[in-house]
Amino acid sequence: MKAIKDYIKRLFLLELRDGLKVTGRYLFDKKITVQYPDERTPQSHRFRGRHALRRYPNGEERCIACKLCEAVCPALAITIEAAPRPDGTRRTTRYEIDLTKCIFCGLCEESCPVDSIVETRVFEYSGEQRGDLLMTKEKLLAAGEQLEKQLAADKALDRSYR
Amino acid sequence: METLLYLIITLIKIVLIVVPLLLCVAYLTYAERKIIGYMQVRIGPNRVNFSAIPGLRKIPGFGQPIADALKLMFKEIIIPTNSDRFLFVIAPMLVMAPALAAWAVIPFSEGGWVLADINAGLLYILAMTSMGVYGILIAGWASNSKYAFLSTMRSAAQIISYEIAMGFALVGVLMAAGSLNLSDIVAAQKGSLLHWYWLPLLPLLFIYFISGLAETNRAPFDLAEGESEIVAGFHVEYSGMLFAVFFMAEYANMILISTLSAVMFLGGWLSPFEGIELLLGENWFTALLTRASFLWLAIKISLFLFLFLWIRATFPRYRYDQLMRLGWKVFIPITLVWIVVLGIAILAEIPPWFA
Repeated sequence: MKAIKDYIKRLFLLELRDGLKVTGRYLFDKKITVQYPDERTPQSHRFRGRHALRRYPNGEERCIACKLCEAVCPALAITIEAAPRPDGTRRTTRYEIDLTKCIFCGLCEESCPVDSIVETRVFEYSGEQRGDLLMTKEKLLAAGEQLEKQLAADKALDRSYR
Repeated sequence: METLLYLIITLIKIVLIVVPLLLCVAYLTYAERKIIGYMQVRIGPNRVNFSAIPGLRKIPGFGQPIADALKLMFKEIIIPTNSDRFLFVIAPMLVMAPALAAWAVIPFSEGGWVLADINAGLLYILAMTSMGVYGILIAGWASNSKYAFLSTMRSAAQIISYEIAMGFALVGVLMAAGSLNLSDIVAAQKGSLLHWYWLPLLPLLFIYFISGLAETNRAPFDLAEGESEIVAGFHVEYSGMLFAVFFMAEYANMILISTLSAVMFLGGWLSPFEGIELLLGENWFTALLTRASFLWLAIKISLFLFLFLWIRATFPRYRYDQLMRLGWKVFIPITLVWIVVLGIAILAEIPPWFA
């Protein structure tokens, strides 16, 4: 009986009609396209974009060269070298993130005990030549200075969940 | 002198058919992208804004086909080293020429609005639409590429399977109308919506249209193109204007199949409101509604074209054995049975179609 039913269904294209109904309905649906450069989708405060190194309000850099981020990085994108500064504190002499290796998992940000390395909301960037996508310490600190307001606000929003 | 005049008039007629046709082809691509976009909850092309009439509001994306045509024109035509140069270049023309030539016998409106009113119009159409596949075969062979060759084999097998069912569907039409002349076929459907051949030839209409999908290599029968399997099939190696000619031929063929379906099954230029004056009485309004004109044909063609796009947006591609099964084991038996049924109906003179 079922075989006959199926045969009739196929012969009279009933299933095809059902399929056409679905697309026919979507023809009149509200379109969900976001016209990207003109319009943007909302961003989470946990958005994981290009990195930055933050400073304390008094201008001292936060990073204490504990190398937790380097250890946790699954893509081995972070390279750190450290040495004591004349005033006796331990700081990085080299802090590099290779954005061509980075998978933007956010583990570095999670592992940081002093909220130094963070991932910003910046995702529209490009490099024109080799090395442009290698974030050196200077570049990271500069990005952190530039975006500090936003970064602090995002961290404050996330405080109760950490 | 007379011959020359005849030649010039014919040439003018050809231009009058071909130029609007190519414009339709251009805007069919726009319609396709828009409609399929809408069905996929996108908005489709909307960057090249352009207004159809100067001064009117600009329609988003309306200039897209023109921009595309310009882009393709200025692209380099690359001819692969190991290809057969002559066949490679001539193949797109072999696809395009039949797609345009078939329009010679299409009647556009009442009273001889046809380029060549020949008696064997239907046969001519059958011959011309089958010719198009030669171009595809030659293109695939001349490219000297594995993908193109695979596509050519698929295309050949597909056309053989569907040509027969298509031919039988046309046999049904010619039996019903008693003529091979397309104008006569339309005239034979005169009466009302119910006098058109879609009703007595309903299975044949379905089979003709589905075979038409296969004939034009449209989804879900686009095995010859098969983007996900064999890149682009027979036109992988083509670029620039040579590719554009293939593209235009495909869309011209779509319009042709839609037109033929409209002419043979939906009464061509006849108004769907014929006979309405019996209900509403004769006045200027019913006279306007029942007037036979090209407009009705255009509406019917658009209907079928929309169906083409709708089907493309809906169905996944057929597998090769399914395609063959459908052609040989479903369509051909159904058409054969229906031709017998039709023969009995004609002998029994069943009104209103065969009385």
